[in-house]
Amino acid sequence: MAVFGNLSNRLQDTFEGLRSKGRLTEADIDTAMREVRMALLEADVNFKVVKDFVAKTKERCLTSEVLESLTPAQNVVKIVLEELTDLLGTTESKLVLTSRIPNVIMLVGLQGSGKTTAAAKLANLLKAQGHAPLLAACDVYRPAAADQLETLGNELGVKVFRGDGQHPVQIARDAVRAAVDGMKDIVIVDTAGRLQVDEAMMQEAADIKAAVKPDQILMVVDSMTGQDIVNVVTAFAERVDFDGVIMTKLDGDARGGGALSVRSVTGKPIKFISTGEKPDAFEVFHPDRMARRILGMGDMVSVIEKVSAQADEEQAEAAARMLQRGMTFDDFLAQLKSIEKLGGFASIISSLPGGDRLLDKAGGQIDERMTKRTEAIIMSMTKEERAKPQIINGSRRARIARGAGVEVYDVNALIKQFNQINKMMGKMRAQVGDAKGKGGRMSKRARRMMGGLGGLGDVASQAEMQRMMRDMFK
Amino acid sequence: MGWLKRLSEGLSKTRKKITGELNVLFEIGPQVGPEFWDDLEATLIMADIGVGAAEEVTSRLREQSQREGLTGLAEVKEALVGLLAEAFTTGDYAILDERPSCVLFVGVNGAGKTTTVGKIASAAKARGRHPIIGSADTFRAAAIEQLDVWGRRADVRVVERTRGSDPASVCYDTIDAAEREGADLILIDTAGRLHTSADLMRELQKVVQVTRKRATCPVRVVLVIDATTGQNGLSQAKEFNEALGVDGVIMTKLDGTAKGGIALAISHDLGLPVLGIGVGEAISDLQPFDAEEFSRALITGVDDNEE
Repeated sequence: MAVFGNLSNRLQDTFEGLRSKGRLTEADIDTAMREVRMALLEADVNFKVVKDFVAKTKERCLTSEVLESLTPAQNVVKIVLEELTDLLGTTESKLVLTSRIPNVIMLVGLQGSGKTTAAAKLANLLKAQGHAPLLAACDVYRPAAADQLETLGNELGVKVFRGDGQHPVQIARDAVRAAVDGMKDIVIVDTAGRLQVDEAMMQEAADIKAAVKPDQILMVVDSMTGQDIVNVVTAFAERVDFDGVIMTKLDGDARGGGALSVRSVTGKPIKFISTGEKPDAFEVFHPDRMARRILGMGDMVSVIEKVSAQADEEQAEAAARMLQRGMTFDDFLAQLKSIEKLGGFASIISSLPGGDRLLDKAGGQIDERMTKRTEAIIMSMTKEERAKPQIINGSRRARIARGAGVEVYDVNALIKQFNQINKMMGKMRAQVGDAKGKGGRMSKRARRMMGGLGGLGDVASQAEMQRMMRDMFK
Repeated sequence: MGWLKRLSEGLSKTRKKITGELNVLFEIGPQVGPEFWDDLEATLIMADIGVGAAEEVTSRLREQSQREGLTGLAEVKEALVGLLAEAFTTGDYAILDERPSCVLFVGVNGAGKTTTVGKIASAAKARGRHPIIGSADTFRAAAIEQLDVWGRRADVRVVERTRGSDPASVCYDTIDAAEREGADLILIDTAGRLHTSADLMRELQKVVQVTRKRATCPVRVVLVIDATTGQNGLSQAKEFNEALGVDGVIMTKLDGTAKGGIALAISHDLGLPVLGIGVGEAISDLQPFDAEEFSRALITGVDDNEE
């Protein structure tokens, strides 16, 4: 993400150059809009959608509120964010079920967009909500597609209906019947991937629709899709029509501008986002978060949620213990591991507000090998040393350095760092203590955050955190 | 049928619109004004080559047109094709023809790795080679079964282990089997993964390392990219290349309306050759890449006689 920098930083730079002139002019706003345009195009928002969006946003920026502002960059960002959020859908659009039994939900999309996985995840979600879903395997073209669905279904405890050798329309029809017989209240019809220019396949999708009259048709769209998304969704909207969209693979670093294109071209809401390999990595869509993501701006909420998801209760307990008694090197190692799981420091930092700038200052990149080296050093300590770092004296340091294949000063640096973090945790302990009374329990969220990020997670002292990160990556 | 024709046919549904736009562009002819260049830039952006690249190509074409006094439609267009084609990195196009050789296919989820492996195995078999497939996607449900079907279709042996087993060990087994049976083309399908997943990328590094260590023939890593991919394709290619040392790229799904312009950015910025393009579902639809033809399709997708 650091490649393009985020819109906020760019506008800051743009306006910094203009500020000396006092009141901004329309030409200045044009310059800013050029940045907005670039940001959106780089996020894969369709060219024509960008054009309209920029024209509309420019109007709003030509007010005295912006032109006379001392912080025009922030005002422009605010307006762009608002407009984007608005366009993406101001409310969260959840799945609407009807009273029909069984409800039929049909999934359509291009090859490889993630329909089968999304079908399983949707089934998992509905099951958790107390429904009894049935998965219908209507992809008869891709080899072993039905096997894939069945395997996923088995893992989730969701029944899969397959009609090997049958026509997809027939399979869909039979699945609905089987749902009635099997007391299932929702049928999720997984269809084959198809190109929107493939007449026969588009007709087949229309035929399946006509046969089972789905209550909801959801189009599955890969968040990494580029400009062509507009052609794809337009054709699907015309031929099959759909009620909403599932955006997939959002656990990557794609900005996902396609969401904006889909929404603005078809008017259909994004309903769910799919964010990982696990069956529960499936969430309701939040327009405001998506807007920030498209602009490459910090998505703090997602980071916190990601961290929370990583941190299990055990880690949370460890965090509480750390706050009480200070951190050991074993804790430190566990923190490093969980950061690695989140995609490394660079990815975390770049999702923090101002993180990209911080990264740029640090030379644009963080050497993740540092993490490896740190791990090696800790692994070279004895159990006792890890638990009681204060016993690590000069000769122990030399031994550790030999074991890890590093120099003694690397070991010294790590221990220094470690002590600093511990000191910071001491401060946090004081804060938590103040807030909750001595020995009081931290809020669950605070504990979880601690579990995931250790000393890095304290949102209350963001500045301190940033400073610390800088120190760590020197 | 030539691949360009096939590709053009695939593009037929939207090409009318695009041709319309471009014909208008080029009909302006000698009196090209600022609008012409804006529209050209727009066309390039909509082909997914990226906004930076689009701007650069446009301004270079503009310069060249002035410098060389190009006024006619055909001239400017040829110059544009030349500019685009030249931006591709040419490389060792014979990677897939080396004998013996071992090729690992990597990429994000849903890029079309398994299908590509199936197609290449079939084509190689038809040309009298002795391919063997390693099913190292031990993660995705039924990936092994999917490859099995391809193997049966092509009459090619597929080496596999149960789902969830170590993918590196599958590679090991595959090379063992290849040596026993005298196979001269080892094709290894790996599990799709997002380039941002550190754990999974490390796993893949291990798979590649093990394969490189074990194999006695050259080991190549081919990145499979979906033509509908936007600017994220560059990020994908960068990460995979850094982690594994990629030898080339195969672009799939060019039979849709996506132009696959990100291939240009990847090839140019990372110095990776494009080794082939997938233009359909049939076995014969994996075609060799030709920078000039691809560039032509990128900006027009049609022969000019139409409309």
